Amino acid sequence: MENVQEIQQEHHSGYGAYVLIWLTLIGLTILTVSVAGFELGKLTLVVALGIAAIKSGLVINIFMHVKYDDKIFKFFIGVALMILMVAFVFTSLDVFFR
Amino acid sequence: MKTAIIEKVNFSKENDHTEIHQEHVHRDDMGAKIGMWLFLLTELLLFGGLFILYMAYRFQYSSSFILAARELNVGIGALNTIILLTSSLTMALAIVAIQKNKKILSMILISATIIFALLFMVNKYFEWSAKIGHGLYPNSPTLLDKEKGEIIFFGLYYTMTGLHGLHVIIGVTLLAVMLVSLKKNNTRSDKYVRLENAGLYWHLVDLIWIFLFPLFYLIH
Repeated sequence: MENVQEIQQEHHSGYGAYVLIWLTLIGLTILTVSVAGFELGKLTLVVALGIAAIKSGLVINIFMHVKYDDKIFKFFIGVALMILMVAFVFTSLDVFFR
Repeated sequence: MKTAIIEKVNFSKENDHTEIHQEHVHRDDMGAKIGMWLFLLTELLLFGGLFILYMAYRFQYSSSFILAARELNVGIGALNTIILLTSSLTMALAIVAIQKNKKILSMILISATIIFALLFMVNKYFEWSAKIGHGLYPNSPTLLDKEKGEIIFFGLYYTMTGLHGLHVIIGVTLLAVMLVSLKKNNTRSDKYVRLENAGLYWHLVDLIWIFLFPLFYLIH
């Protein structure tokens, strides 16, 4: 019986919601390619990574269903990203200020 | 209806197993998903390490990186991005389909995902062979004549897109297994956590490409 209750509690998205997200992702891809053509100097990398971050947010939350899943998954991802950030920050401190 | 099916399945399983575990035979979908996510996060750290290397070398050799990136074809890169995003869509839709108990539709959508993945690999093949045709491959005489930064750029390019390509191949294998599992009704509308986990793996492959594409193809 517990199983059945769990199944009923699950969030089931329709087909349409996913198609919309897909269209947004394609739009962002076109945007990132066209923006790369402009002379933005150092901003180019920031803009490119910003768009990539938005795209991955959409993929993780909607396609990978994290938005509707148990909070434990958000916690897991948060911890992993923090570990990654620590590695990035300490490496950049070494590389940039050597 | 669902209750009846699940109880029947559990019951027959109990009969097959030893008496000791009789009351404990149950499915742990949540546990399966947690396990999958823990694995995916180790994958994130694996690629993360390579991205740290990229960051450090790009800072050190930024002009060489820009020069070397001109060799890459933005068109093929963008096309492959769109192919992977679309394959992620068909994957997500395949799970919706099985939730709605549409087995055939789900199988068609998984097959579409596999076809997109193979298209991605075909593009990758043409891309790599063009580079190798120009003499640009690790340790090639043409490449060794170039500056150190460019050698490193292509080293990272082959390592990171190669490792990503390997993940695409593993993903295709997993999806093919899921296709058989659906056909045999081992995966069905009340038991699809394996398909969800295969989907999670596939979306991870897409996620990594989302970062690889701008970092290698879009630097000017």
